[in-house]
Amino acid sequence: MIDRRYIRNFSIVAHIDHGKSTLADRLIQLTGTVAERDMKEQLLDAMDIERERGITIKANTVRIDYPAQDGHTYILNLIDTPGHVDFSYEVSRSMQAVEGSLLVVDATQGVEAQTLANVYQAIDADHEIVPVLNKIDLPAADIDRVAEQIEDVIGIDATDAIQISAKTGVGIPDVLEAIVQRLPPPPEGDAEKPLKAMLVDSKYDPYLGVVVIVRVIDGVLKKGQRIRMMKTGGTYDIDRVGVYRPAMKDVDELGPGEIGYITASIKQVRDTRVGDTITTEKKGCETPLPGFKPSVPVVFCGLFPVDSAQFDDLRDAIEKLALNDASFTYEVESSAALGFGLRCGFLGLLHLEVIRDRIEREYDIELITTAPSVVYHLYMKDGEMRELSNPADMPDPSHVDRIEEPRIKATILVPDDYLGEVLKLCQDRRGIQQDLTYAGSRAMVVYDLPLNEVVFDFYDRLKSVTKGYASFDYEITGYREDRLVKMSILVNDEPVDALSVMVHRDRAEQRGRAMCEKLKELIPRHMFKIPIQAAIGGKVIARETLSALRKDVTAKCYGGDVTRKKKLLEKQKAGKKKMRQFGRVEIPQEAFISALKMDG
Amino acid sequence: MTEAAAAPPAEDWRAGGFGLYLHWPFCAAKCPYCDFNSHVSRSVDQRRWQAAFLSEIDRVGRLSGGRVLNSVFFGGGTPSLMDPDLVAAVLDRVRATWPLANDIEITLEANPTSVEAERFRGYAEAGINRVSLGIQALNDADLARLGRLHSAAEARRAFDVGRAHFDRVSFDLIYARQFQSLDAWRAELSEALAMAVDHLSLYQLTIEPGTAFGDRFAVGRLAGLPDEDLGADMYDTTQELCAAAGYAAYEVSNHALPGAESRHNLVYWRYGDYAGIGPGAHGRLTQGGTRIATEAVRLPEAWLSAVERGATCESRTPIPAREQAGEYLMMGLRISDGIDLGRYSALAGAPPDPARVAALSQAGLVETDGKFLRATPDGRLLLNRIVAELLPD
Repeated sequence: MIDRRYIRNFSIVAHIDHGKSTLADRLIQLTGTVAERDMKEQLLDAMDIERERGITIKANTVRIDYPAQDGHTYILNLIDTPGHVDFSYEVSRSMQAVEGSLLVVDATQGVEAQTLANVYQAIDADHEIVPVLNKIDLPAADIDRVAEQIEDVIGIDATDAIQISAKTGVGIPDVLEAIVQRLPPPPEGDAEKPLKAMLVDSKYDPYLGVVVIVRVIDGVLKKGQRIRMMKTGGTYDIDRVGVYRPAMKDVDELGPGEIGYITASIKQVRDTRVGDTITTEKKGCETPLPGFKPSVPVVFCGLFPVDSAQFDDLRDAIEKLALNDASFTYEVESSAALGFGLRCGFLGLLHLEVIRDRIEREYDIELITTAPSVVYHLYMKDGEMRELSNPADMPDPSHVDRIEEPRIKATILVPDDYLGEVLKLCQDRRGIQQDLTYAGSRAMVVYDLPLNEVVFDFYDRLKSVTKGYASFDYEITGYREDRLVKMSILVNDEPVDALSVMVHRDRAEQRGRAMCEKLKELIPRHMFKIPIQAAIGGKVIARETLSALRKDVTAKCYGGDVTRKKKLLEKQKAGKKKMRQFGRVEIPQEAFISALKMDG
Repeated sequence: MTEAAAAPPAEDWRAGGFGLYLHWPFCAAKCPYCDFNSHVSRSVDQRRWQAAFLSEIDRVGRLSGGRVLNSVFFGGGTPSLMDPDLVAAVLDRVRATWPLANDIEITLEANPTSVEAERFRGYAEAGINRVSLGIQALNDADLARLGRLHSAAEARRAFDVGRAHFDRVSFDLIYARQFQSLDAWRAELSEALAMAVDHLSLYQLTIEPGTAFGDRFAVGRLAGLPDEDLGADMYDTTQELCAAAGYAAYEVSNHALPGAESRHNLVYWRYGDYAGIGPGAHGRLTQGGTRIATEAVRLPEAWLSAVERGATCESRTPIPAREQAGEYLMMGLRISDGIDLGRYSALAGAPPDPARVAALSQAGLVETDGKFLRATPDGRLLLNRIVAELLPD
């Protein structure tokens, strides 16, 4: 059994690109955990998408042996957490599994909104926090200002902040020493008590089945034990117990305070819930760990194969992805416009994009993604409450008493030059200002906003109006009633279900006009004129007319041209496959997303 | 077995006739809009070319001997750069190779410059009975923009020389040019109709990739082109003025007095057989019941040396009946006769989709009497779409 006094469990909190992965790489490298020849960048980020986007989707962990200046060798367990708001519950569980955090802030950039959200999670978990100022080698580094900002905005003492350059390696030994000296060891657990371990995260491995990352609180995890998941009730025999270095390495047992992995012939990730408590089947612990929450999708959209013959491939791809990700849901959806597809629920927009990209990239299926929707609560006149995640399913409004929509608390940090633009954007999206404070030349605004105004293009707009200088984070705060209606779009007098949206009644005319104008640009001219209308119920609230195509003829065509012209026609026919036939109208696939983008 | 499959259309080409196309690939200068196979060369050894043409006529003659020839067409490039002696030798060999139809049409494309007009007498003596002049525009500013080497006045003089030597004289104009207004085109076309003998080809300027105009267009440096609506208005005006002058639009861009239609081009549009000789020339030649698409080597020197060595100078690809149906549809709907539905069905194995024909007919774009299917005047402007609709999937 490892003496808990020589264990330190920690995470790293940082904004994207502030150097979290590079710092982790340096810690692993400097302690000789990985041989020099095996080093590659972002060791902990396994998936291509994680590496490319510089984000972490799954929690990863690594055990580092560090001989400290006090003569003892310490075991440092780093849990690398998903940093994104979509995975805030997963982050909270990872935070619960460790006792301290390194707060890494880019000394050239300062504190960002995402840093705030994650650091508050660390504070909520009662972490000891060590501030680390990174990129001090860059000329633009402003150490004093950023340290002051950490004190002002976050409210933690930054006088002992460690100054490093993860890139050049400067200050890394100081970080290792600070982990040992300034972070607490795990609280005293009891190896003799019944097993109590937290399920931190899990991932699917094609050879081993599901690999579960665990943190032991009490008792001992050993190979051959029969364990029980207290929330899901599943029981399994442990095949392997081990630690990541960062490659998998089996150990005999994991005791109180330790972090490692187990495998137990678990077939799918769905059987392992983040935050669940693992105990032994017999003589197990009585009370599970607090704070467990089932993951609930908040953003829904339809995924349709561009080539409708690929629907089965799409379903296979989703099923395979679901092996490794229990947090999204899917069900078959049939759209008059788009054919068969899947209605999928995600933890947030990033989650949606990651899954969509993986389907397109790893399974080579081109997708049409319909506009994301949130989950509305419909209170029916008969007292029933229904959830609505697809506007196409909206029942007859005469049966609906009221509609509630999810609201968020959005935190935006922005240089004050762009504050006006940000306030206007939030007002335009039905936001209610809650707070506005300054830290140096930057403003922090807090808005109460409807989630449905944010799920689509809010972040793109925010980036564009602030030239990329704003950072943004949000949390869902609850549901509130508002005057919401379903707006349908009719093309050539037929409703196109995939273009229906829920909108606020006061904004319906404006949105309807904008969508009709957009569609008029996106749909190519046909041989006949096409009315494009927006309607609420039977009432048309906006209308545009796409005039008929007048001229498409080859002026000159003689004997020599027939072969070439035939090729052009074949190309044209192939191009038609990129369109969706709707009645007599062909709608380009990008229209299903582009029509909803708001430029102003 | 379907009726169509029981009667394979082995000699389908007979419904369209048989023509010979000869391609002269050289020009004095390359026009910026032209994507034909044309090359500017400082010196051309016309005797070598003559020998190559004669040897090709012999070869093609062996493949199609005994057929009655309806038309010969010298195209290019600029065939009016050919020596009249070369043309005479070629036509002598043609007469020795195929029986000629009584009303055979022998056309030569010519640029309306004074130098070329001097050769017209020689062409007439060689047997050319129709010239097609590339006048293109009737004002000097536009001729310069189009890269033409002649002035409007020079073109008119060449036209008069042509009239003196040939019974049939046609000329081409390009419209929907840069900065051209509807009124300006109306005036120019009226002038052209006053000049015309019996035939006019009126093409809307098309920006083709791989041309000087195409390159400029791609980088946004070709200003003043009409939009789709103005282009359509200009087309409508063209139809209106030509019809009033008695020049029926027998094809999308071709207008003629009754009986003066270009027989050679009708061979293409009626999907007959045609032999193509010369660099880059295309042909459709039925042999033993199989229609073969031929395409000659494009580079002049490569073609010439292949012929001289007795090597293969063209690709030969059999065209399945269904594809022939598509080609017939594409070509046949361009002319006022339209397509013969019986002939089409025999090739395609089935008539065009009745639902699609009905929809197009209801939209006023096609009309049919059950035997023929035609594009209406409105439909002609949308012919690419109509063909795409009607082609079997």
